[in-house]
Amino acid sequence: MNYKIIAIIGAVSLLSACETASQKVVTSSTGTSTKSGSASVSSSVDKKKSLFAQAKQTAADKLIAVGDRVLFGYDSAKLDTSAKILLDAQSRFLRANTDLNFVIEGHCDERGTREYNLALGEQRATAVRDYLVIQGIDPDRIKVISYGKEKPAVVGSNSMAWSKNRRAVTIID
Amino acid sequence: MYKIFDFFFLKITVILFSFLCVQAYSEDLRIKINSGQVEPLPIAIANFTGKTENVNNIGLQISTVISNNLVGSGQFKAMESAAFIAPPTSPSIRPNFTDWSPLGIKALITGSVKSINDDQIEIEFRLWDVIAETDLIGLRLTVSSKAWRRVAHIISDEIFERLSGDSGYFDTRIVYVAESGPQNKRLKRLAIMDQDGENHQFLTDGSFLVLTPRFSPSSQEITYLAYFKNEPRVYIFNLETGQQELLGAFPGMTFAPRFSPSGEKIIMSLAEKGVTDIYTMDLNNQEVNRLTDSPSIDTSPSFSPNGKKIIFNSDRGGSQQLYIMDSNGKNVKRISFGKGRYATPVWAPKGELIAFTKMLKNKFYIGVMSPDGSGERLLAEGYLVEGPTWAPNGRVLMYFKQEAPNDDGKSTTVNLYKIDVTGFRETRIITPSDGSDPAWSPLLLD
Repeated sequence: MNYKIIAIIGAVSLLSACETASQKVVTSSTGTSTKSGSASVSSSVDKKKSLFAQAKQTAADKLIAVGDRVLFGYDSAKLDTSAKILLDAQSRFLRANTDLNFVIEGHCDERGTREYNLALGEQRATAVRDYLVIQGIDPDRIKVISYGKEKPAVVGSNSMAWSKNRRAVTIID
Repeated sequence: MYKIFDFFFLKITVILFSFLCVQAYSEDLRIKINSGQVEPLPIAIANFTGKTENVNNIGLQISTVISNNLVGSGQFKAMESAAFIAPPTSPSIRPNFTDWSPLGIKALITGSVKSINDDQIEIEFRLWDVIAETDLIGLRLTVSSKAWRRVAHIISDEIFERLSGDSGYFDTRIVYVAESGPQNKRLKRLAIMDQDGENHQFLTDGSFLVLTPRFSPSSQEITYLAYFKNEPRVYIFNLETGQQELLGAFPGMTFAPRFSPSGEKIIMSLAEKGVTDIYTMDLNNQEVNRLTDSPSIDTSPSFSPNGKKIIFNSDRGGSQQLYIMDSNGKNVKRISFGKGRYATPVWAPKGELIAFTKMLKNKFYIGVMSPDGSGERLLAEGYLVEGPTWAPNGRVLMYFKQEAPNDDGKSTTVNLYKIDVTGFRETRIITPSDGSDPAWSPLLLD
């Protein structure tokens, strides 16, 4: 009889029944539903900070009034004429508020694969950034971030929802 | 924020009997796979017996797990234990084969569980060839009694390997992204479980978005994308310490990470200034290499098992297609030429196939093709199916499926599914909540 002895030391082993942290709701500091304007300020902050937050909030509302987002075609990061007109207005607002920095979020619809959409979202945000820089906005004031298909603005699986989710949104940092 | 794991460092002593008559098994006992759907082999799995109620219960559970594994693979059909004619009282006792053969049973599994001390148990099993009236394989293991489930998977792998001639995939785990909450405020947490959905645990608490986890082939680590502090970057999560570590310092978003076959490198994408290219980073010396340099989107890279080639998807030709290149980024060649868009290519463990996601008209598909682009076969389809991952033996693919929307256009569920590479037996993996982005671990004992 021929037998072998295998000693497995510390082989992967079972994860023990470890307790997991209780669920927390994702606090999306860059909320996609900007209309709600719900960046509520924690009660413990001092008054000065609260005033600043208020000012920022007002600016955020103004930005939304100017137009905070542009939409894209399927699998495209090209700015069309209406997008450029909106960004012209946006750049005037940004030039008038030089104390503000901002983030451009790139998003996609759900009809693509996750990783490709992360790249596509980055292309969309960058297209907006590049346009704003040409309009004279200091590139140091702009950050870009892609969420791919992770944060739809409109929940739904139809072409209307998809068209609203293919977007780049400018928010105040 | 991170959790430290109490790992059981199992010390398993395995005695593997390789019996004299290795070649004596009857020819029809071997399952022939790779030829489409097979007729499942009829087997009987006797309850593993023990002298006390405690170990007897463990034995019963071990038999159940083995049965679920083997039957779930589609290669075996298990006789109901109620139909059993008195199984042998000990695995070492030769069964009365003539009791079993008339039932059409080709193989019989017997086993026992013995208590060694307060913590340790000894588990023994034998696999018998009912037709040739001989034993094929036996295994005796002494383990912590808490490790019984793991042992059941190891035994399942031994049986699968002996009867199919191919390695098993039962002693493996799945890492995936557990999802909950509404689509626009989705909570995503890294989670891990055994391949059969047991031992489910969360690895992150949901305070930051996580995507696309993948196992290391050589260590207890997972690489994935985390939006930690709202900066999307590739991280490495250590399962033994519960720590996550940022990979490198890149000027833009890093994503789509996978380990190289040796586990020494991470291959991934870097998106910066509207351009996404493929890079590797050596984990030993932090050396970064840029492999592609095109103004297009080059992402979802995956190494061939021998590490010499890389498959990825790119829109450099106008639409998203699969490309292959040498590991130094040279000799880029498109391999997908069918209708539609092709994405998320991942190389099979034995190298003979590429699994991918395909988008055509309003549907998504999971398919496979040869690395030269020939022989495309679509295995699964749906409103959205994406992100295949291979079982370590290359026979099963897991992926996620988002169901078509309900009438309200809003409610959708996302779940993990697996399917044979033959295209048969699509099965949902039950998870506590919705799940996506599964990745299969290597065999844990390899």
